[in-house]
Amino acid sequence: MTTIRNTSDSLRQNQTAVVKKTVLRALSYLAVILACFIALLPVVSAFTVSFKTAEEYGTTNAMALPRSFLNLENYRQVWEGNQPSQSLLRAFATSGLVVIIVVSVSVMMGSMLGYVLNRFRFPGNGLIRNLFLIATLIPGIAMQVTTYQIMTDMKLVNTLHGYIILMSGTDVISIYIFLQFFENLDTALDESAVLEGCTYFGVFFRILLPLTRPAIVTVAVLKGVGVYNEYYNANLYLNSGKFYTVSTALYSFSGPYKSQFNIICAGVLLTLLPPLILFLFFQKQVYAGLASGSVKG
Amino acid sequence: MSSAAAPSLRQRKKKRDWQKILLIVTFSVVPLLLLFLFTYYPFIKMIRFSFFDMSYTKNRGFVGLKNYAKIFSKDEYVGAMLLSLYYMAGAVVQLSLALFFATLLSSGMRGNGLFKGILFFPFLVNGIAIGYIFKFFYTRGFVLDTVLQSIGIPLEALPYWLRDQSVNNWSLVFTSVWKYCGQNMVLFIGAIASIDPTLYEAATIDGANKWQQFKAIILPGIKTVFMLNLILSITGSLSAFEPAYVVGSMGANGTATFFIKIHQMAHVNNKVGMACAMAMVLMFLILIFTVAQRLFFRYVMKDSENTFNGKANKAKALW
Repeated sequence: MTTIRNTSDSLRQNQTAVVKKTVLRALSYLAVILACFIALLPVVSAFTVSFKTAEEYGTTNAMALPRSFLNLENYRQVWEGNQPSQSLLRAFATSGLVVIIVVSVSVMMGSMLGYVLNRFRFPGNGLIRNLFLIATLIPGIAMQVTTYQIMTDMKLVNTLHGYIILMSGTDVISIYIFLQFFENLDTALDESAVLEGCTYFGVFFRILLPLTRPAIVTVAVLKGVGVYNEYYNANLYLNSGKFYTVSTALYSFSGPYKSQFNIICAGVLLTLLPPLILFLFFQKQVYAGLASGSVKG
Repeated sequence: MSSAAAPSLRQRKKKRDWQKILLIVTFSVVPLLLLFLFTYYPFIKMIRFSFFDMSYTKNRGFVGLKNYAKIFSKDEYVGAMLLSLYYMAGAVVQLSLALFFATLLSSGMRGNGLFKGILFFPFLVNGIAIGYIFKFFYTRGFVLDTVLQSIGIPLEALPYWLRDQSVNNWSLVFTSVWKYCGQNMVLFIGAIASIDPTLYEAATIDGANKWQQFKAIILPGIKTVFMLNLILSITGSLSAFEPAYVVGSMGANGTATFFIKIHQMAHVNNKVGMACAMAMVLMFLILIFTVAQRLFFRYVMKDSENTFNGKANKAKALW
């Protein structure tokens, strides 16, 4: 008797456990889908409105679908710009140039300094590490006032190279990522290369640098997206109207297009594309880079 | 034989020593130069300027601590500092949500890669773009209002999200949560993935339910990353400016954070001395939190690991 009751009890228990599990599962999916909805809603609504004509925009609800998703007039307008200097086409070229140079400089500086600090013993090694470490404690944002003055003194305000130098300047993360990478890279390679007569420079350029590819991709993606999306300095240091980065070009739309969100959102969507494409291709590196960048401690 | 080889070996060693010095100098001079130019030099200048009454072009002399006294005597600045409390509250919500979704997505859901990507995506959006997207989102009768009306809330009951001072700071905080929640979540997912999976099996055999597993395995496993992000978000709240700068039209309608006040003081009012003193205050606040964090990690968690000075100094340099 007791054994039979026990089994039926446990059967019922099992059943309720299964029901509970299914309900929990369903609730989990519901929560995640709701979160995804919230994450996407602002962007999707910008996407739909970007296909509306001015007349449609004025008369239909903000959330109503556009008459046609083939109406690319707004995109054409922001692509060409109100005036040539503000066209997104030009801004993409400017930002592309800035990103390429800043990323190259960051990769070179980060890998070189990482190599020096990790592979060589010399007086001052600890000091250099500490200088960079302390620099992470000083919030760069607090110093923008005096940085502006220094940039003015050096006649670097409103020049593209000034902005590029500034953006390449204070970058501890990429140095850190390379330092970490070299630490996990076996020194046997260096040793045998030097024994065979390779110079220290040769070791770096011919042997180690090609091996740091994963770190290069991580730095390039992180730094690239960061520089591409940067607007505070771009706005401050490139405000003569001669150079527009993607961010400042987008910012300048608020003048001519005021509250014509159908046109502005077309610009927003276009600027979103490059980081989105990059992300789709380099998801793993983006996630990995994020992790190594955030545990800088 | 050996006597003939010796000098050439020494010569080679000497040549290599020179090469080493040359390499160290050429490889580190540019980063160090930039570090001084954009970190230490402006830092020292900032300290000095904070004691002067000056503009970008004119220096009206040393004023001692007057700038500092002014900051703390004006409600305007103290109020701006207190605005960061909104962002701190937002940071707590953001981290809780991030942890919640990280746990869910780590529990073997179908399509978790896609969900992870979608939730992370806002982090990639350009700050100015976020500004426009959310202005459109919050405008009277537009996206948010339409959604809320569709679930039965009349428009008359809804506030002006960006104008009404009882809600507008929350509206701005939401944009920040929207942007950074997914990023935090990705970090937590990474930390959870590094937990030994046999622990879950053992716990399941022992009859632990999901909540017990979360408390006993996941939480301790990610505490380092979690604490670090908590403190990073709190220090980030102190210098919050992006939402108010781009969504809130440069701090209109009582949304100007302390950083925006600094920006205006320097670039609109041209009072560089005062702006530097404010920046110093901001820096001290951030420093207090950061030092507290480091002490906390060193003495309470006892698991600080630092590539810059800790671990790396122990590892022997090769050459």
